[in-house]
Amino acid sequence: MRLLNRSAGRLSRHRRGPVAGLLVILLGLLMAGGLFAAFSSSATAENSADGLTQSQKIEAGRKLFLLSCATCHGQNGEGVVAENGESNLGPSLVGVGAAAVHFQVETGRMPMAATGKQAPRKPAAFTEQETEYLAAYVASLAPGPAAPTKTDYDLDAVKGLSADEQRDAIVRGGKLFLTNCTACHNFEGSGGAMPWGRYAPPLKGVAKQHIYEAMLTGPQQMPVFSNNVLTPEDKRDIIAYIYSVNDKKQTPAYGGFGMKGLGPVAEGLMAWLVGIGGLVLFAYWIAAHTARTHKKEDA
Amino acid sequence: MTDHTDNSPAVPAEPIADPGIPAHLPRPTDVDPKAARRAERQVAAMFIASMLCAIGFAVAYYTFDIKDSWDTFLGFGASNLFLGLTLGFALLLIGVGVIQWSRKLMGDHEISELRHPAASAESDREKVLADLALGLEESGIARRPLVRNTLLGALGFLGVPAIVALNDLGPDATPSNIKKTLEKTFWKSGIRVVNDVTGRWIKASDMEIGQLVNAEPEGLVDAFDPRATAQQREDIESRSLEGAALQVAKTKSAVIVVRMEPKDISSATAAWAHEGIAVYSKICTHVGCPIALWEQQTHHLLCPCHQSTFDLADKGRVVFGPAARSLPQLPIEVDDEGYLVAKSDFLEPVGPSYWERDYK
Amino acid sequence: MTDNVAKSNGTTPAAVPASGLAAKGSAVVKWADDRLGLATSQKKMIRKVFPDHWTFMLGEIALWSFVVLLVTGVFLTLWFVPSMGEVQYQGSYDQLRGVEMSQAYASALDISFDVRGGLLLRQMHHWAAMIFIAAMLVHMMRVFVTGAFRKPREVNWLIGGVLILLGVVEGFAGYSLPDDLLSGTGLRIADGLIKSTPVVGTWMSFFMFDGEFPGEAIIPRLYVAHVLLVPGLILALVAAHMLLVVYHKHTQWAGPGRTEENVVGYPMMPVYAAKAGGFFFIVFGVTALMGGLLSINPIWKYGPYDPSKVTAGSQPDWYMGIAEGLLRIMPHWETHIFGTTWSWNVFLPGEVAPMILLGVMMMWPFLEAWVTGDKAEHHILDRPRNAPTRTAFLAAMMSVYGLLWAAGGNDLLATQFSLNMEWITRFMRVAVFVVPVLVFFIAKRWCIALQRHDSEKILHGYETGIIMRSPEGAYSERHLPISGEEAYRLTARARDNVVAAPVNGEVEAKGARAAKLRAKLSTWMFADNVQKPTAQELEEAHHHAEHEHELEAGLAHAADGHQFDGHHDVAGEELRH
Repeated sequence: MRLLNRSAGRLSRHRRGPVAGLLVILLGLLMAGGLFAAFSSSATAENSADGLTQSQKIEAGRKLFLLSCATCHGQNGEGVVAENGESNLGPSLVGVGAAAVHFQVETGRMPMAATGKQAPRKPAAFTEQETEYLAAYVASLAPGPAAPTKTDYDLDAVKGLSADEQRDAIVRGGKLFLTNCTACHNFEGSGGAMPWGRYAPPLKGVAKQHIYEAMLTGPQQMPVFSNNVLTPEDKRDIIAYIYSVNDKKQTPAYGGFGMKGLGPVAEGLMAWLVGIGGLVLFAYWIAAHTARTHKKEDA
Repeated sequence: MTDHTDNSPAVPAEPIADPGIPAHLPRPTDVDPKAARRAERQVAAMFIASMLCAIGFAVAYYTFDIKDSWDTFLGFGASNLFLGLTLGFALLLIGVGVIQWSRKLMGDHEISELRHPAASAESDREKVLADLALGLEESGIARRPLVRNTLLGALGFLGVPAIVALNDLGPDATPSNIKKTLEKTFWKSGIRVVNDVTGRWIKASDMEIGQLVNAEPEGLVDAFDPRATAQQREDIESRSLEGAALQVAKTKSAVIVVRMEPKDISSATAAWAHEGIAVYSKICTHVGCPIALWEQQTHHLLCPCHQSTFDLADKGRVVFGPAARSLPQLPIEVDDEGYLVAKSDFLEPVGPSYWERDYK
Repeated sequence: MTDNVAKSNGTTPAAVPASGLAAKGSAVVKWADDRLGLATSQKKMIRKVFPDHWTFMLGEIALWSFVVLLVTGVFLTLWFVPSMGEVQYQGSYDQLRGVEMSQAYASALDISFDVRGGLLLRQMHHWAAMIFIAAMLVHMMRVFVTGAFRKPREVNWLIGGVLILLGVVEGFAGYSLPDDLLSGTGLRIADGLIKSTPVVGTWMSFFMFDGEFPGEAIIPRLYVAHVLLVPGLILALVAAHMLLVVYHKHTQWAGPGRTEENVVGYPMMPVYAAKAGGFFFIVFGVTALMGGLLSINPIWKYGPYDPSKVTAGSQPDWYMGIAEGLLRIMPHWETHIFGTTWSWNVFLPGEVAPMILLGVMMMWPFLEAWVTGDKAEHHILDRPRNAPTRTAFLAAMMSVYGLLWAAGGNDLLATQFSLNMEWITRFMRVAVFVVPVLVFFIAKRWCIALQRHDSEKILHGYETGIIMRSPEGAYSERHLPISGEEAYRLTARARDNVVAAPVNGEVEAKGARAAKLRAKLSTWMFADNVQKPTAQELEEAHHHAEHEHELEAGLAHAADGHQFDGHHDVAGEELRH
């Protein structure tokens, strides 16, 4: 492994020869990968591996739903009202669409282990196929946002973009991100606090599709950013920006160790622990007594 | 020298007498020439290492690329990392070396120096007082109160030009000036509510329950809705602001648009809303941070700066935190084409409180 | 009392070498002295004595980090453009290319990405700033807790207080200059704070920003304050601070040969000059290492300031943390009366409370001097335990500071430790009043317990951990006397004097009230303290100990437990202290 790397992922107008070459190769690879992914995903959609028809999938989904979801969301996904009559034990799922199911189930938020302030992210409880069935069932209840395709949420999967266009899209995504997302999720997606112990989760390491679906469906307390107001292109650019600032290749940690991107509080802690702490240790050493001996001093 | 004037009657004798500065004990480097030479080499090695680091700084300076193609090392910016390390150690090694020198090799006999009282000698003090009195006497400042008082007056009045000269730091905060500035925003009847950044118009029917839009009045966003005609673009452009004026306008005019279930919102909120779509000032009434942390199920809006929380289902009422006043709501309606527009400007000043806020 | 104190522990401390460097330099010295007459002023400086202790170097950290700030700051001024004029960014950072921003922000980005070493110097400048203020604070705590502020150093104490205030102002101005999202949010909050000032708030805000926030004037104005006005003031006050240190000579810890009339330590040339000079390089070096390894204020990620944008975790630098905490936990009080608006919720925590906290600290020396009525100079430091009320007061103030600091980061506490912001805030509202009181009592009792422990050591020796069995079968722990030096160190302090309340009718009513208050405070400060033993008490204790020693007669040396187990011969061994 070479420790010293050129930042090959950076896109710029003032490209240098060798870097540009590398960049073109990389871009090609990425696009090839994207194409492959696009084709393979559409392949499963049309010609599912299990050979079930849509109605069979819905039926399979209904069975899973009755087992794992109906306690809170009702036998027919109509939601269950808690005894105090105010809040829903589980909200109605009529019209939430397949996108919501993908997000909630694939990130492990649903089914919840216990009712609480907020469903935390955890390992997914269902397989990809089971999720597919559940999504088919919930989508059959009423029309709702469908699961997005790869070109909706992945800038790298979009064909025919020049390097400049791609960069402009990321810049645009940055503006949208700072306007719509940072207030809750922090300037580099580290997450943030919300009222009464709730929180906006970190965005680092979250799959592009899930970020997209979260914006589209507004899970839990998160507001909805529907496609008519924040277009799929806007969402795709936002995701591209999040990925670009958290990607070590495109955005190296220019200044050094970043302390989880938590801002001035973490920096203050470092100033005290490392700065003052270290300097006080030095001061201690400077003023400490040196070793002494009982031997006689040579004249 | 002590002038112990504490009035305790009889100070008990000190229980332990001062044994005096302890005898000096030599260090290994004082008695063992080998140890001394070892220390010498140690210190010199640090200074040489420091030189190497200084050269290393120059090497790192010219080796590692920055600008468009930062070299990286383990994911860190290589230039910054190596410049910091080389400069840091070049400096640190000088410091550590010098101190090691002083600890191991420099003379280390503790010596004692006598203190003197902070006060001057009594005779000096008397001389100064006498001279001062003589000087004042010769000046006649006590005997000629007219001269003295007018001089003091003149010096005092110099404060006038000093203060007046600063008046042009900014405009006067007269009530009429405040009316024209702090209490007026970019909003007025018929201005469309548009998406920040993209400038997209917001159709009421496009808003879903639980939707949040970070919005601005049309004219404060540097982009057009793709549906805008050439004529409309020209109109918008003629109204739009730039630079400092834009920043000032955004400070007061930024809004958030939310859609809630009409049955969930108070009637007062509904009166200025459209089918559950309410528009609120984005500027916190506490100290002015922009707020957009909205929870779609509780309808609460949280300020990330000091955690004031507002209930958007109920006129922006404060439900927690240091803010004292509700978040101002902007009255809205839909125009002929179904897009959200303002009915008027805000009916109260937005943002933090100020002294003259209640002036009529 | 000082008769038997040696002037030095060396045999030939100041033997002047007849040849060598000094002789070579004499021509230069002569040339300079012929013109400047420096020898008179420097004759006492070259071998001026500074006592050695690590806590005496805390102020030096502040001094040297200020020098680092000046050096790195000058470097930054070569590229920084203090203008709010709008430009379109065309620099090297891709994610912002083409974005409209102020020239200040664009130039800060250029320093970070297009100037080699620029990012390093920017980060060093920022780290040094954080360390500068932290070091001043730690230094202030050391001075406070050891009573180094007492006569004749009260003026220097006040200068130090002003320096801390100026340091915070300077830091805030610097934080605001890059015009990134956090800078602007900080200024926005400052504007809210200023506007909350009764009567003149709006005027001050309009004057500061040349009209409405944010305007175009604030960054150029803050720039001049940051690079000229405030550093100039700091420099002047630092000079005054240092001159007074030299004039008063440094305080010292009690110990053998250390008296109120002398100062014992190492001469400025060469030892102290080497140590102080070396420490400068260490502070500079540590700052450079931090700048190279630890990212600070990554402005490119915050984006340019836009008054309609904000980020979660909008916090100021640590030294503004208490103001932030105060603002967060303040209840929402606002009064509307006669058409005027009183924003208690902003004005009290933002402007009044921090000044009260600093003011109380600054006034303490004068309060203490009034209560004790002590007019003597003090150069021997108090051990913190020997001034229990003062130490406990500092501990209480530190707890307030810490709590407010934590309150200023309540959102991060909530997310990092899965807590609930609202409960943290409510807890803090009560805790800032309750916890300091608890801390005060605990710290005071702790100090007094330590004093008692010292007394025990002086009177009965230290606990050896050796259990002795008497011929009767009773067990007791063996105590051994402490060394004479240690005993002197522990007893070299003044006795506290509790002022008695005046007898009724003795003085006039007005004076009596003050005298009563003074007596009350004096009781509060000193009545519970443990005083050092008198010579007579010591005598009695020794007599008692001798009696005990008789019982152990026959032991040629100190008992350490091995005398009786037969494991090895202990002749010639010393007891470890």
